[in-house]
Amino acid sequence: MSGEFLLEVKDVSKIFGYGFLGRVKFPAVDHVSFSMEDEPKILTIAGESGCGKTTLSRIILGMLEPSGGVVLYKGRNVHAPKSGDKAWFSKQVQAIFQDPYDTFNPLKKTETYLYETARNLLRLKDYKEASKRIDEPLNFIGLSLDDVKNKYPNEFSGGELQRISIARALMPEPKLMVADEPVSMVDASLRMNILNMFKDLKEKGGISFVYITHDLATAYYISDEIAVMYRGVIVEMGPAEDVLIGKHHPYTKGLVEALPEYSKREEWLRKRAKPPGMEVKEFLTPYCKYSDICPNRMEKCVTERPPIYNVDKVKVACWLYDGYPVETLQE
Amino acid sequence: MEVDLEAAALEGGYLLSSMHTPSPKRHEVYVDAVSDVSLKLRRNEVFGIAGESGCGKSTLIKMLYGYLEPPLVLRGGSVKLHTKEGEEVQITSLTRKQLQKDVWWNHASYVPQSSMNVLNPTMRIRDHFAEMFKMHAGIGRKEAYAEARKYVEQVGLPMDVLSAFPHQLSGGMRQRVVIAIALLLEPDLVLADEPSSALDVINQQIVLNLLREAQEALRNTLVIVSHDMGIHGVMTHRMTVMYAGKLIEIGRTGDIFEKPIHPYTQVLIESLPKLGDKKQRTGLGGHPPDLRSPPTGCRFHPRCPYAMPKCGKEPPEIQEVKSDRYVACWRYPE
Repeated sequence: MSGEFLLEVKDVSKIFGYGFLGRVKFPAVDHVSFSMEDEPKILTIAGESGCGKTTLSRIILGMLEPSGGVVLYKGRNVHAPKSGDKAWFSKQVQAIFQDPYDTFNPLKKTETYLYETARNLLRLKDYKEASKRIDEPLNFIGLSLDDVKNKYPNEFSGGELQRISIARALMPEPKLMVADEPVSMVDASLRMNILNMFKDLKEKGGISFVYITHDLATAYYISDEIAVMYRGVIVEMGPAEDVLIGKHHPYTKGLVEALPEYSKREEWLRKRAKPPGMEVKEFLTPYCKYSDICPNRMEKCVTERPPIYNVDKVKVACWLYDGYPVETLQE
Repeated sequence: MEVDLEAAALEGGYLLSSMHTPSPKRHEVYVDAVSDVSLKLRRNEVFGIAGESGCGKSTLIKMLYGYLEPPLVLRGGSVKLHTKEGEEVQITSLTRKQLQKDVWWNHASYVPQSSMNVLNPTMRIRDHFAEMFKMHAGIGRKEAYAEARKYVEQVGLPMDVLSAFPHQLSGGMRQRVVIAIALLLEPDLVLADEPSSALDVINQQIVLNLLREAQEALRNTLVIVSHDMGIHGVMTHRMTVMYAGKLIEIGRTGDIFEKPIHPYTQVLIESLPKLGDKKQRTGLGGHPPDLRSPPTGCRFHPRCPYAMPKCGKEPPEIQEVKSDRYVACWRYPE
């Protein structure tokens, strides 16, 4: 039974067509599977731009239909909802996006969106009752309805507006939040406040997060588990500590070592990585997609796609770990 | 220590005419983006300018370069460049034409944030190089192509880049091309504005190392503007931190990272998450001020945990508190 999982992503693919009449097929997400247990956790999907992480988040949110595979939320299929499931799902799962100025309508006052959420999602017709429900999450993020009222989105700083969009997401009391690069547009001095808020919401509010980012340092700071994606494939996944410190996959290793940190200055200046190749070509590669620039490339890497190996607590898709038990997909 | 570039009491910002004010008269709004900035850059160093978005760091390097396009206006101060031939060039008193002819590319180069904006989309990369050779070395097209091939090989770019159009290259490759063009005439000063912020970490490392190696070879001055403290930590010899249009701390990068003095620098350094360290980190309350009406006194005082009554009244001058360390804060020197 799959009732004990909050979120299950089973063998999900998304193929986009391009070229003449979309005849060239392009797998943006390529057979991705993972699951989140039904307890408050932060799972990070990390990867560089163009690795498919945003496509995957949109599939999880039900905004995009997968080409193959299923996404189950509490055992119910997100993309084939039974009657009533859809309204329930749209309350249980909330999204936070990268640019808070895009989240809010610039021509309407900021509180309009909050009242719309109260009316449409929570079916609160009464203005007073709605105001009360809006005020609660705003207090949690350190503002109040009076601070927000009668102001347009451009009157807030990016950090404040992002916090308001988090407050809006909290209104229907969700169990899962999908946050796509929520702090990449926020100034450094305010960034940690938002990340600490996520931690707080997990610990005190019992909310799980799917945190999507390219920034491994913040990922390490807040997440329990992390999945590293490259060209549509999860190459390594497991507890944050084991993935980012253990660095099993050559790609994870490359990413971590390219992070600029003052304490690693000398090593960082010495390192000469090979630049990633043509994106499209790598997406279409039938064997290991990282093989083109992998420093550990073997003969097998350019003939066959590696299976997922269970190496201690981590799942790694790399031929280097040939001999470890192979992960099989349970139905 | 040889001084390469000297900026004294720079003052400038953006003069905007406001259209949507309720008053019938259009009135002008001044955004005070760079306020009383003095800076000395040395020959053979990598100098970093750090700060959050909107703190005036990009405006400052535009002023250092002499790239004043409306609405950006210079209200005071001077920028003096000492070339390796021993000349003195007063950038602030030259016209656009003179700068284009004598200073830009020859003595100072500018690498902007988005490389797509500087490459002509209808020109092949080899023509970008050839044009530079033709304009500044006065050689013919054929010779220029040959020179371009030689140069591209020398900086380690693949040969097929030359016949490509800008849109056919990846972001990382495009940025490397722009940097190669900027370094072509071996300038005394290279100004790079967020040269890697549009790139992923692996390309970022490649691009930054290219800049750093060129600096070591040419022994000139490289200025890096970045919001990412990590980049300053690995790349720069000395750095400054800007807040709301003011320089608040200048010093050797190592000293600043080991022991930040200004309360704002302390927050920037201490809030940096690091791999392998799960220590709870906190940010700052409030938000950066609106530069149309910056706070009186120290511009950081509304957010400063140590603010005293004096901080709200008088702005602190930036002054030397230790050797090669300058801080603008009323708490220093004690």
